Amino acid sequence: MRIFRIIPVLAILIIATTVDGNAQCKAFAKKICLPELGSYTHDGNYHAAILVEGEEAELYKTFYSDMDYRVAICGEDKLPNVEFKILDSNKNVLYSNKDANYAKTWDFKLQSSQQLKLIVKVSAFNKPGDTPASGCVAIMFGFKMKK
Amino acid sequence: MVVLLFTSLFVGCKSGGSKAPKEDLKLDVPKDNAAVYQDIKQAEKIFNALPSPLESAMLIKSAGARFDETLLNSVSNMNGYVTNKSMALNLGIYTCDLSFASLYEQTQLIIDYMNAAKKMADGLGILKAIEQSTIDKLEENINNSEVIMEIVSETFMNSSSYLEDNGQPAVAAMVLVGGWFEGLYISTQLVDMKDFNGNKLVGRIIDQKLSIDILISLLNSSKGNPAVDELIVQVQKLKVVFDKIKISTSAVRPEFDKTSNTTVLKSEVKTDMTPEVFKELSATVAEIRNTFVKK
Repeated sequence: MRIFRIIPVLAILIIATTVDGNAQCKAFAKKICLPELGSYTHDGNYHAAILVEGEEAELYKTFYSDMDYRVAICGEDKLPNVEFKILDSNKNVLYSNKDANYAKTWDFKLQSSQQLKLIVKVSAFNKPGDTPASGCVAIMFGFKMKK
Repeated sequence: MVVLLFTSLFVGCKSGGSKAPKEDLKLDVPKDNAAVYQDIKQAEKIFNALPSPLESAMLIKSAGARFDETLLNSVSNMNGYVTNKSMALNLGIYTCDLSFASLYEQTQLIIDYMNAAKKMADGLGILKAIEQSTIDKLEENINNSEVIMEIVSETFMNSSSYLEDNGQPAVAAMVLVGGWFEGLYISTQLVDMKDFNGNKLVGRIIDQKLSIDILISLLNSSKGNPAVDELIVQVQKLKVVFDKIKISTSAVRPEFDKTSNTTVLKSEVKTDMTPEVFKELSATVAEIRNTFVKK
């Protein structure tokens, strides 16, 4: 019978923590990641998720030749480095922030419009036995009209 | 420990993009884009990013198009939207119209369309997406286009994040679909057929073919929702027309430009859209968009 008393308590805790985690993620995206776009105009789209170390996320987006873009990818401090790669439709890697000391932003423009794929991966601390770290990762795009 | 485990499982499935099923993920992808999706099963989370209403409006402006108020969805229609589907679609549509008016500095329209977007967001129960203080700030900065763009971007992010975080990805997807269709509708209506060849706006319209599979994937992630299922049928109809447009692109070569500290992704593209296909596309977009704005 005790289990029937525990389950509702667990459910409340789970829901409360989830809602809190989501709100925290939105606040993180707005307060920490948005300023990384600098003078670029944020497109207004929201892409953020709570990732555990070692987890991967993918994003598909069309980028246009008339724009200058900045992508900002930010992970909470409690996470290890967040790696991101940009690939074309033939799976060629066009950029990896691993080659730029895990830079949070990348500025680019295109000669012709392309659909590109972003792969975001949270590195692993590689400490066996520890609880894997988890935290918010936000992906934001800013643009400017080409001068 | 149990709480941590459950919490991690729940939180891991939420926030933004869709969780990729581990098995049997089916995507409707044409052969030329199939390679992009080949590894999709490996990712924990998938984000299908359509151009936002602000980006769509910016693309129209950057193509040198003129402003035409008659193309926007009249704010007088707003009281007629009472279902979640119509309010979601028209939140995207009014936000695109608002962005369009902002970029062309149409001061009174900016206020009117922000109020229309607020009405849709309030109807969807989106808390604090557009507060009265936001409208006041907009009025105070009506001649400062930079601040207006920031406000439009922020209010749209408030709406989409609220919907994603509160377990309403289908509604969030419909908002994006509404905005994308409105941008495409305005673009197609602004093309002067006498100036078809070499028209920059026609080029931007062709580019939207690149987003049609992203749009279908976005809707497929909420498949089973009756409103979304209806939209999938309509979008499939549009895809049939887009498939008549040929786009071939050379390999992409990244080149770093030291002076601007920017990478230029160099590639050549060849496109082919006849005036007949354009007219068919324009008619299909108008037909679908009119079902969205109908009261």
